[in-house]
Amino acid sequence: MLVLPTLPFFLYVALFLLLPTVIVVVNAFQTKEGSFTLSNLALLGTPNVRSATFWTLGLSAISAVSGAVFGALLAYALATANPRGMLRRTIVAACSVLAQFGGVMLAFAFIATIGSTGSITTVIKSWTGVKIDTAWLYDFNGLLMVYAYFQIPLMVIVFLPALDGIRPQWREATETLGGSTWTYWSKVAGPILAPAFISSTLLLFANAFSAYATAAALITQENPLLALQIRGFISGEVVQDTTHSAQVVALLMVVIVTVVMVLYARLQRRASKWLG
Amino acid sequence: MAGVDVAGTAAAVDTPASTAGGPKRRRLRHTVRRKQAAFRVIVVTVLMAFFLIPLISLLDFSTRLRNNSRSGAAWSKVISIASATDASSQKVWQGLVNSFILVGLTVAIMLVLLVPTMTWIRLRLPRLRRVMEFVCLLPLTIPAIVLVVGLAPIYRQIASLLSTSPIWLCFAYAVLVLPFAYRALDAGLEAIDVKTMAEAARSLGSSWVGVIWRIVLPNIRTAVTSACFISLALVLGEYTVASLLSRTNLQTAIFIVSQDDPRFADALALVAMAIGFLLLFALSFFGSGRKARKV
Amino acid sequence: MHTRTGVSVSLQNLGRSFGPIHALDGMSLDLAPSEMVVLLGPSGCGKTTALRVLAGLEDADTGRVVVGGKDITNTPTNKRDMGMVFQAYSLFPHMTAQQNVEFGLRLRGMDAAARRKRAGENLELVGLSTQANRYAHQMSGGQQQRVALARALAIQPQVLLLDEPLSALDAKVRVQLRDQIRRIQLEIGITTLFVTHDQEEALAVADRVGVMRAGRIEQIDAPDVIYNAPITPFVAEFIGSTNRLPGHADGNMATVLGVRVPLLPGSPTSGQVSVLVRPEAVRLRPMTDGSDGSTAGTATVVATSFLGAHGRVQARLADDSLVIAQLASTDVAELSVGQRVVLVVQPAPALATAV
Repeated sequence: MLVLPTLPFFLYVALFLLLPTVIVVVNAFQTKEGSFTLSNLALLGTPNVRSATFWTLGLSAISAVSGAVFGALLAYALATANPRGMLRRTIVAACSVLAQFGGVMLAFAFIATIGSTGSITTVIKSWTGVKIDTAWLYDFNGLLMVYAYFQIPLMVIVFLPALDGIRPQWREATETLGGSTWTYWSKVAGPILAPAFISSTLLLFANAFSAYATAAALITQENPLLALQIRGFISGEVVQDTTHSAQVVALLMVVIVTVVMVLYARLQRRASKWLG
Repeated sequence: MAGVDVAGTAAAVDTPASTAGGPKRRRLRHTVRRKQAAFRVIVVTVLMAFFLIPLISLLDFSTRLRNNSRSGAAWSKVISIASATDASSQKVWQGLVNSFILVGLTVAIMLVLLVPTMTWIRLRLPRLRRVMEFVCLLPLTIPAIVLVVGLAPIYRQIASLLSTSPIWLCFAYAVLVLPFAYRALDAGLEAIDVKTMAEAARSLGSSWVGVIWRIVLPNIRTAVTSACFISLALVLGEYTVASLLSRTNLQTAIFIVSQDDPRFADALALVAMAIGFLLLFALSFFGSGRKARKV
Repeated sequence: MHTRTGVSVSLQNLGRSFGPIHALDGMSLDLAPSEMVVLLGPSGCGKTTALRVLAGLEDADTGRVVVGGKDITNTPTNKRDMGMVFQAYSLFPHMTAQQNVEFGLRLRGMDAAARRKRAGENLELVGLSTQANRYAHQMSGGQQQRVALARALAIQPQVLLLDEPLSALDAKVRVQLRDQIRRIQLEIGITTLFVTHDQEEALAVADRVGVMRAGRIEQIDAPDVIYNAPITPFVAEFIGSTNRLPGHADGNMATVLGVRVPLLPGSPTSGQVSVLVRPEAVRLRPMTDGSDGSTAGTATVVATSFLGAHGRVQARLADDSLVIAQLASTDVAELSVGQRVVLVVQPAPALATAV
């Protein structure tokens, strides 16, 4: 049996990846007694979940686009630097840490910066005597800024290979054919990079959409995001979860992230054809 | 790309050519390069400020008391963490120990599951490659927070079969690291001709286990190392699953400690990020060293 | 097709250094209208830098670039009106072959119909009309380079620049494409500078070959002159293969293994010399049993190889040096390894160097 040696892997994945996913999906359509129902989905229309959905979508979209723009600029600055130089090595290593490792610590870092006794808050107060308002850190704009801290590095990591795939000959060919720098960017480099840029932005969107730890550490009193809604449901703040609320919200998240990742994979394929 | 052409045309030549020409000479290329260098400096400086200020603030906050005087108390707690007897130090130490055990177990599960299976599929079952890739990348589309929802009943079973010990989180963590470890190992296997090597070893009398242990593994050392590093970084930074399944690991311990002793927690956060950075910085040299030899 | 008279090109006393390396060291080169000059040399000799200075892709520290009587030293690349074909990967990957060829025309504001017609003509010229709608990743390396050539020619440039356009291709495609490039160049009469490190390629297509070394042109002449009458040992040894045989010079002749050989200008006129003798100027005669084993030219055959119409024999002289002879295959067949032979040098003009 040729398949035999692969069984451990597939069994493991079935137990710890597929089974949990199936549990989420099935439970979302089940009553507590186990019979099929669509009524659980009514949860998605409640004001709390609706507003959390819009928050999450908005936060993911804005942080993805802004992270993509700034990340692309930084990646471009690195692509023009010596590929074996210290600048590039250092920043790429720092980006891999910040993109993967932020989580709870990131929340601490920003509270230490612009929380009520944070460094910047203190410095401003001692210079101007004004105590600045710090509540925004725990609101939408605060999350946006904190998310930039891992979105920009992630963009650098996923977009840098695309920039490295740009051939110097394309600029030189453009010039010999009579094109200016503007021609090069608008007609050659821009269009070639577009699929990679958009697909990277989608990945950033999915990343922000799935993120939990940073928001959870920053916002402990309310649950304005879908991920935090799930926390609310499974940590039993809702007295009796008779309608599988956590599973319904989880299902919504899976569906949205899957759609985004499918688009991502499509564009990525095209990008790799052009820049491979 | 504007700058890439610098690297391309001057492959042998890194110094920007600045030898004196005629005084009135137009330096067409030279200006382009100078503009790029200026752009690089501005972008890197501005973004570095954004990234460094919060880290500096961690350092500042961890040593500043309410009355604005300085204290190294939080840092001496970090240094003596292994031997300290106060509740918060012990909590963090317990989390740290748990996390390192989890790293070991996760890496072991990851390697045992992936290396033989990936090798076997490349050698004998190429039809299954797409399936395996799809399965391994699946966790990217299933947020950890969603996985927790589905894992909760499974971990209730594990608790009754095994125990409630946090070390069983390794089962979930092996799934979380799957996409990253798969990509690293796949790149390593792609770079060598597994099939020919295996055929050579088999014709010389090696068993299949011998092929994987003696032939494949030594040749994908770099890939294995980077898969391990990524798993290490991911497991040490994991909060979502541990916190929602109420198990103690490094991150949940630091979070709990931060409620009572934010200075200590901030110092720990800074140390953890610095160690993560050093590990990945070291990895960048390791990886490129191997590549350089191949060229 | 646009047959035009080419323009003249003059590179005057170009200097260019990268730190301590002198890529160009007072290099001068004149191309007559419609001429194809090939710059040939080892890597790092400055040939590519010279071409890139002419294209405006590289600044020269000193010297002037004059095209059609006009000084363009300070003209940016995109105003120079030169068509350039790069080593590889220069096609824009997001455009079809047709769109690539139209690109330069679009920048010149040509209307769509005229553009399509001109691009079609140029694709036909390179034999790729049927591939017009393909993308780079759907074409072979040879096809990509032909599209790149069509793209460079479509703008009807004053000068065509070819930067090792064949070096990334398979041997067979390389020969086909090089002949095609030469045909097209002769047909439209465009002044062309071609850079390569492949001597066979250079000799095959050039009106004149310039052999470069350390930032200067060592010799520039028609291919047959470069091959038969090199003026420096570097040129003699870089082009084709040569044997260094010991000899004695007196005046414009030298004695090599007992044969009097005329010496080329530039050789020493007296004393012990090394004479640079081409393999095809060496003959081997099987030694008959009776002959004296101590004759100057006795050698032992150490290897023979069959190369089609001709073959090569490696023989070891008494002083242990190896000599390579190129013979007709039928002659090679008569020799066997270990056989004792006598070397006879043909009295073709050769270059000598002092020992």
